[in-house]
Amino acid sequence: MQPPFPSTPAHATLDQSPLALTPEPLPYTSPLFLCSIPAGFPSPATDYIEDGLDLNEYLVRHKAASFMFKVQGHSMRDAGIVDGDKVVVDRSIEPQHNQIVIAVVDGEYTIKRLYRKNGGVELRSENPAFKPICFKAESQLEIWGVVVGVVRRYVC
Amino acid sequence: MTLDASRHPPLFALVDVNNFYVSCERAFNPRLAHVPVVVLSNNDGCAVARSNEVKALGVKMGAPWFKLKDLAREHGIVALSSNYTLYGDMSNRVVSVLREFSPDIEVYSIDESFLRVETLVHLHGDATAMGHVMRHRIRRWTGLPVCAGFGATKTLAKFANHLAKKNPVFDGVCDLSSMTDSERNGWMAKIEVGEVWGVGRRIAARLETMGVRTVLDLATTDVKALRIQFGVVMERTASELRGVSCLELEDLADPKQQIMASRSFGSMVRDIAEISEAVSWHIDRAAEKLRSQGSVAGAVYVFVQTNRFRQSDLQYNGGVVVPLPDVSDDTRSLTTAALTGLRHIFRKGYQYKKCGVMLMELTVKAQRQETLFDDVAARDRAAKTMAVMDSINRVWGRGTLRSGAAGGSKRWAMRSENRSPRYTTQWDELPVAK
Repeated sequence: MQPPFPSTPAHATLDQSPLALTPEPLPYTSPLFLCSIPAGFPSPATDYIEDGLDLNEYLVRHKAASFMFKVQGHSMRDAGIVDGDKVVVDRSIEPQHNQIVIAVVDGEYTIKRLYRKNGGVELRSENPAFKPICFKAESQLEIWGVVVGVVRRYVC
Repeated sequence: MTLDASRHPPLFALVDVNNFYVSCERAFNPRLAHVPVVVLSNNDGCAVARSNEVKALGVKMGAPWFKLKDLAREHGIVALSSNYTLYGDMSNRVVSVLREFSPDIEVYSIDESFLRVETLVHLHGDATAMGHVMRHRIRRWTGLPVCAGFGATKTLAKFANHLAKKNPVFDGVCDLSSMTDSERNGWMAKIEVGEVWGVGRRIAARLETMGVRTVLDLATTDVKALRIQFGVVMERTASELRGVSCLELEDLADPKQQIMASRSFGSMVRDIAEISEAVSWHIDRAAEKLRSQGSVAGAVYVFVQTNRFRQSDLQYNGGVVVPLPDVSDDTRSLTTAALTGLRHIFRKGYQYKKCGVMLMELTVKAQRQETLFDDVAARDRAAKTMAVMDSINRVWGRGTLRSGAAGGSKRWAMRSENRSPRYTTQWDELPVAK
């Protein structure tokens, strides 16, 4: 169920600091105020009520279907995903060509870019040192979920 | 379009996860996919969940692990310690997917929920179609396999679920309400009466002496006679099998598996202190029930909910399973566990409508044979620990090493030698992708 406020919450981007970050979506106490906002017409009041950026909301659209993985190795280096990164995986998304996915290969998880071309399927690394993994048919490939974001923290 | 509930006869769904604990483990460990898997209770005592392969080997629920070790070696059974943190989180995910199908939901146990769906099935065509959408979505979103049963009463929904699970012809979804009478009776005649919700083994044996062997027998027995012999609960069960809905959502909890205590607040509550009071009170009641039936609990589930009918309010539903270091029927340790869980799930600023607790992993107190063995082992270990502690203290000075009891937490004492990572709740235990 979608919360009754617009899904693009703030008209700010992450680089417009400093803005407070909220650990949880902020509960609000004046719902009538919100309900009176005409649909499709963003009011400046929206910004006032949601006075914080919520990283959970930014990264997680389907909470029940979202999981986090830790990345090991350098096969996705050129996609900007490096050893030790955490990635957000959304299982509710139908995997599409060119998306980064988590797949199960030989009983292990692998993070690769999904390539569908001329009936064939490939998992491609984003690093010339790694060869693509090819599948004759879609049915041979088990995709666990679609990677929707990456999280990296520099200071502990 | 407005939907008036009174114009629709009741329709219940019972959705549950197949081999729940095992399925949670398999959702994150692809190597477990086709191997026999058991999950063991607290302290690795006995089997509390079995994969189909293990069931096929004849391993019974509750079988003590030390008796299974030979069989396990022979057939390569993978035994895992229970990972309640993971199961609790996965349970919440399943429930939140189900909430999108109907706001009228009763979380009956950690792996099964009842839903009222009569005004909502048309959105999917019919109940069977709805069941398949639920099945597919939960499978896709969480990786867990579920079965769905539909019926005009809770007892029928539960029976339908049983049919869906045991008979491949249903492909995991069975709707009794759309069957013809003869079709339905045909299935009821095939299944033993002991499979009916609320009919235990002992009652089944007594029923059999009256010639009531199958579900159909029970459904066609004179309810008055049942009432005289067995009381009002059995009368109600038989009526429900005939399609007369007697049980609303949240009316009955299965005394054998879980004890549930929950209630809505009189008015909306925002304060953790007030909720804590309510949770303690629920534990009091649940623990009393636990002791009166002579059981001990292995884990406590605590949950809070906002008011789903106040759509203008921001909604939050939290729940967590807190395993106990040792099985207990002691109100104090149960309360400690519940309040620890509450602090974990409580979020400030929401208006809460309801809270509750569920005592889980119940075992009969008098039958704690394997625990007796464990106690001996634990005592040995404790004695060794004390000896080590004393020698360290002798060398490094008194008080270098102290017992953890002062800190209140005895989690260190819990034996879980082969617990899987807490994949979904701990930063340093996430699954790894290469």
